[in-house]
Amino acid sequence: MTGELGQLALCFALALSLVMAASGLLGTRPASLAARRIASGSAMGLLVFVALAFGVLTYAFVTSDFSIIDVANNSHTLKPLIYKISGVWANHEGSMLLWVLVLSIYAALVAGLQRGGERLTSGALGVQGLLAAAFLLFIIFTSNPFLRLDPAPFEGAGLNPLLQDPGLAMHPPMLYAGYVGLSASFAYAAAALLVGEDGWTRAARPFMLVAWIALTCGIALGSWWAYYELGWGGFWFWDPVENASLMPWLIATALLHSALATEKSGAFRTWTLLLAIAGFSMSLIGTFLVRSGVLSSVHAFASDPTRGFFIMVLIALAIGGALALFAWRAPTLQGGAAFEIQSRESMLLLNNVFLVAACACVFVGTLYPLVLDAINGTKISVGPPYFALTFAPIFFALLLLVPLGPQLNWKRGDLKAAWRSLYPALGLAGIAALTVLALVSPRSVSATGAFAVAGWLIGASILDIRKRKGARASAFAAALAHAGLGISLMGVAGTTLWRSEALSVLAPGQTMTVGPYTLRFDGVTREKGPNYIADRGHIALMDGDKVSTTLLPEHRFYPAEGQDMNDTAIRTTGWRDLYLALGDDRGGGRFTLRAYVSPLAPLIWLGGLVMALGGFLSLWGRLRVKEAEPKPAAPAAALAAE
Amino acid sequence: MNAKKKRRLAFAAALLAAGAVLAGVIVYGLGQNTMYFRSPTDIADKQVSEGVAFRLGGLVEKGSVHHGMGADVHFRVTDGKSTIAADYNGVLPALFREGQGVVATGAMDGSGTFVASEVLAKHDEKYMPPEVVAALKKSGRWQEGTQ
Repeated sequence: MTGELGQLALCFALALSLVMAASGLLGTRPASLAARRIASGSAMGLLVFVALAFGVLTYAFVTSDFSIIDVANNSHTLKPLIYKISGVWANHEGSMLLWVLVLSIYAALVAGLQRGGERLTSGALGVQGLLAAAFLLFIIFTSNPFLRLDPAPFEGAGLNPLLQDPGLAMHPPMLYAGYVGLSASFAYAAAALLVGEDGWTRAARPFMLVAWIALTCGIALGSWWAYYELGWGGFWFWDPVENASLMPWLIATALLHSALATEKSGAFRTWTLLLAIAGFSMSLIGTFLVRSGVLSSVHAFASDPTRGFFIMVLIALAIGGALALFAWRAPTLQGGAAFEIQSRESMLLLNNVFLVAACACVFVGTLYPLVLDAINGTKISVGPPYFALTFAPIFFALLLLVPLGPQLNWKRGDLKAAWRSLYPALGLAGIAALTVLALVSPRSVSATGAFAVAGWLIGASILDIRKRKGARASAFAAALAHAGLGISLMGVAGTTLWRSEALSVLAPGQTMTVGPYTLRFDGVTREKGPNYIADRGHIALMDGDKVSTTLLPEHRFYPAEGQDMNDTAIRTTGWRDLYLALGDDRGGGRFTLRAYVSPLAPLIWLGGLVMALGGFLSLWGRLRVKEAEPKPAAPAAALAAE
Repeated sequence: MNAKKKRRLAFAAALLAAGAVLAGVIVYGLGQNTMYFRSPTDIADKQVSEGVAFRLGGLVEKGSVHHGMGADVHFRVTDGKSTIAADYNGVLPALFREGQGVVATGAMDGSGTFVASEVLAKHDEKYMPPEVVAALKKSGRWQEGTQ
């Protein structure tokens, strides 16, 4: 019965999304008050029905209702509860439903907050309705999560053990909040093109911020997961799936900066519209890359070609439609305001040029193998060296310029004065560089340069914070986000340049050394988890002749899924990670053991957190300012309450 | 030409130049860093120069896996038609088994042995890398439904 309820809820949701699309678009006409009310109302209804469908699916997973194919294929009675719940979105059908759920949450927020005036809101709802309808059609016709299986099996097939991890349970909802959050900016931009109304950037700002924060956290979580789960000691592999989340982040970052200029000084009006379209396009392309099965990875659930085709058509319609609208309407809009060469706008322009260029490098490197394979069947892969050669220098140049922006005034700034006021930051950069040169051998240009730039970024952020002492918390948002970049940069440089690594085959009682640590292998025991069997290595960390602590890396086998994975043991001092992965059984009690010492590794994710915190401060400030603002929003608020 | 137009033109020219530099860097980067996928038959048919990195895929030949004293492993990769000897020093993925599919990154040494720098983990015992399937189909050793 539950499955049918979910099915019904999906059909109602589809009908409502169509109503929302039509009434929302009609509501962009000045006189169509009724249409605007219907659009807002159906946005709320859409959320209710999609949430109902999602709730039904979650219930089916929690109660292990194997009469539903999706549950039978992706769950198992022995799974811990949290992975039964995360199993809802750890498969193609459920993850698409989550996508639509997040979309309807954003639509309900757009309807409820009524930012930026009635007509703009209505247009945005119309566009969101179109998107919701397209994705609901996709779900109902190609990826229905409520299909029945008769007879129902006694046991489910389980969930890929790699995905059975607390970090990864949260990773998809986080990333989707970011991907789909860009749909709100996209919808506002399209509405602004339709209505010809200025001030959409102000209305869409909180949505841009939420999307950016969610993407930042989602990427950090994903990379943290790859670090401790894959057992290779790395934190970023330039895997196409990782790139699929990085590209929207790069464009969202550019959008945040460009939209700020549009809002504060009227510059880059058309460019910001284009970025909003590009940002969501990257999200759609990311969804396509990850979910369509063109890439083989833990993320690719679908191998059904009709799905890939459907998503491709959807992307083509969304991007093509938006670009056509842009080409048609943009020339009628007011152009961007002028600014001097020495101004904050110029720095934001450079920021955008570098971010878009960096995104282009990632885009080409990610899609080139797919295109080549489609054209003539040549199978190639583009490895990390490509990204190190193209992406890294562009991003590094961007980081060099970051401190200058906040020091310059809008419209007309004084570059010399800005430079002078940054002398202390330059001093910190010099100290960081000299410290690295003095303490670390062998000397390396990359390490010195990276730490100098990190010092430059963090120093400039400290100066910025001092300058704004006593201001509202949101004034520190940019400084925090930029400092986060510096912190992450130190982590990235430390791990990639100074990592020590050792690999040995050890019999019980034998020792190995890695970096400053001596490790003794005390054998392997067989352990039984709730739904796996593990070889647990007992590795003693030696302090002279004494054992200071024991680390327990595991190698787990999941019989239900027929898969295996590593559970690494990481001991961190905050400044340095000791990282152990148990390798394969070499017979006679001998095992391979891989050990890494990664200096500063935790800073990578700490930096990400600080960046996200900066985003939060800005968002908080935005939502408070909104309350204080005298806005003609009273009828809108009454409308939302209906 | 007024000052505004002039500035616009200069800006467009600068952007165009930046775009050209970017395109150049991307093309150069791709040229230097793409790795081809090759089957053992590809290597037997074509001359693969030593030291050039590529990805080798096929089946681990039955009875070919020998462990050395340390972490080194020696095995042979076959697509049913040709066979290539491979050396690897590192941790093998647990589902590395004789008779199963494998993809390894590395390069040929002077003696016709493939030196792997990375043996890719596959996380599922039923999973066969798509490149390996294509290679097996090409050599006529792929049987539908047996995998």
